[in-house]
Amino acid sequence: MIQNNLLSWGNYPFFPQVSHRCFWRDALIEKLSTLHLEVGSTLPFGNGRSYGDSCLAASGHVISLKALDRFISADWKSGRIVAEAGIMLDQILRIAIPHGWFLTVTPGTKFTTLGGAIANDVHGKNHHIQGTFGRHVKRLSLLRSEQGRLTCSPEENSELFCATIGGLGLTGIIEWADIQLTPIRSSRINCTLERFNSLSDFFTLAKELDKKHEFGVAWVDCIAKGKNIGRGVYMAGDFAQDDYLQIKKIHRPINIPITPPISLINGFSLRAFNGIYWHRQPKHRKFQQVCFESFFFPLDRILNWNRIYGCKGFSQYQCLIPEKHAETAIQQLLNTIAKSGSGSFLAVLKRFGNLSSPGWLSFPGPGTTLTLDFPRNTSLLPHLFNRLDTIVREAGGRHYPAKDTHVSGEDFRRCFPAWKKIEALRDPALKSRFWDRVTS
Amino acid sequence: MKHIFIIGATSAIARACARLWAAEGVVFFLVGRHTERLEQVAADLVVRGAAAHTLSMDITDIDSLPAVIHTGLETLGHIDLAFIAHGTLPDQKACEINLDLALREFTNNAVSTIALLTLLANKMEEQGFGVLAVITSVAGERGRQSNYLYGSAKGSVSIFCEGLRGRLFKAGVHLVDIRPGFVATPMTNGLVLPRLLISQPEMVANRIVTGIRKKKEILYAPVFWGFVMLIIRVIPECLWKRIKL
Repeated sequence: MIQNNLLSWGNYPFFPQVSHRCFWRDALIEKLSTLHLEVGSTLPFGNGRSYGDSCLAASGHVISLKALDRFISADWKSGRIVAEAGIMLDQILRIAIPHGWFLTVTPGTKFTTLGGAIANDVHGKNHHIQGTFGRHVKRLSLLRSEQGRLTCSPEENSELFCATIGGLGLTGIIEWADIQLTPIRSSRINCTLERFNSLSDFFTLAKELDKKHEFGVAWVDCIAKGKNIGRGVYMAGDFAQDDYLQIKKIHRPINIPITPPISLINGFSLRAFNGIYWHRQPKHRKFQQVCFESFFFPLDRILNWNRIYGCKGFSQYQCLIPEKHAETAIQQLLNTIAKSGSGSFLAVLKRFGNLSSPGWLSFPGPGTTLTLDFPRNTSLLPHLFNRLDTIVREAGGRHYPAKDTHVSGEDFRRCFPAWKKIEALRDPALKSRFWDRVTS
Repeated sequence: MKHIFIIGATSAIARACARLWAAEGVVFFLVGRHTERLEQVAADLVVRGAAAHTLSMDITDIDSLPAVIHTGLETLGHIDLAFIAHGTLPDQKACEINLDLALREFTNNAVSTIALLTLLANKMEEQGFGVLAVITSVAGERGRQSNYLYGSAKGSVSIFCEGLRGRLFKAGVHLVDIRPGFVATPMTNGLVLPRLLISQPEMVANRIVTGIRKKKEILYAPVFWGFVMLIIRVIPECLWKRIKL
């Protein structure tokens, strides 16, 4: 079955990819060589949960690795597992949890592949304790067009190891990875919820709760104006200790079956939703126990939620502001966004910790990250992004390649000076639209 | 604990079914052509909670089939489920002009399956319990211009199963004829198929595992194919020959 319509999660930019599926590891090298010869270059593609053009091949032809989803080995005493790169984090969790193990770092969705998690060096709600995904990768097997198969680790082919973590799939095809899981005694999370009225309250809460809890993140109302700017809800959590290692039976997820012609998210619906959502939150600190799926992956209950933004798709804007300027710059960002009347239901704020990643192109750093979506239903978006980028630039911040659709080459190269080392190690058979855009 | 014998264990549908069974903690005996791939399948199932033994062989080597079944039975002790899932999709046009190819493909899809059914049926009849499940196809219900070699191979297996089912019923053994429609697998990779009619192997596997548990006789996967084939079957031949399907 020929598939020629793969897009990234934001459905923007609109460059549908022809998918060349690979079902077995032994067939990878031939697929890579053939595409290198026939179309010049390609790119490995997992589940397409990157938001922008970092997962789109410059040639329009990707190698789909979704079928390379096998476990290779697991040691349930030490929590080390080895699996093919196309396996979804969801699958890993389903098998690991009953054995008392959990992925040390999880992004906002469990429907990303292991390869994708490594290539974007994803981060989670516990970055301040555990750092990024790449910190917990022990070894990986990289397939390169000229050198064949190479095992990479901090001790072996270490430069390639560092270039591959966060390397956006450009250094080679990750065949499998050996990762360290974290022991758990429960699949449930003890959660603390507290509403806050302003951005400075967020920083106060984050500083207090991040010290006491493994997981912490805040939802912020990006459309609130005036005295309500920066209001939101802080969610902190820890794994329970109640020896409940079951996975609750999945309730039938809601599916958005078609893409509406226009975005359902607009100024009106946004204001309405955000207002109701904020008011429903408890005024005082509240404690509750939830299943891991609700805490880590609330959006995964809605399949294809990205379709809500309509045919034109959406862009996710995620930036990091260093510690020193975090409060000021984020206030400015929120002011600018609120004035624009655009934005999304789910704007997220998270304080990162100091733990460094082995990945050269890793995004997180000490500071605070702001994430939100913008429907691409307005021609004013480039103008808004320019203004936001100016604030980020002046604060010494940077953008997350996994989400990006717009950042200038100049900004990217200044914020990620290691790009030159990645380019030097880039496999000549691999190139993404993102890389083309930011390095030319 | 279930003991499951799978032929064609590296096929996409078989792998998806095996993953569902592995979660129940079973012992597999896996037969396939490609040694390395078979081992990769086995390793995956072991992590998922099963035990797995492998044996690689070429299914068209009919003479060695009795030995394969014997080894499987010895290793497993008994067979709760024998699942025949191997097959290839012939190039219809090539088979029309190349007799050798046509006969090879027919051997692969029909003769070898009938040989396996014959041998396994005898063993399971002796056992007095168990399930025999075989993947045929909706293509076996009516010959189509575009794939009648494949269709006739699968069709002949289905008719064989009809008779065998009755014989085995008396011995306490159940026979399931599984008829998938278009499934997105390596076998159909590269074909241009109507998007709405394509199913994923995982979805087909769910249907198969449930259908085997419920002891269905004929199992369409997905279920809508049963209704489609009802209509296909009643089209008069004078009309059918004119349709380019």
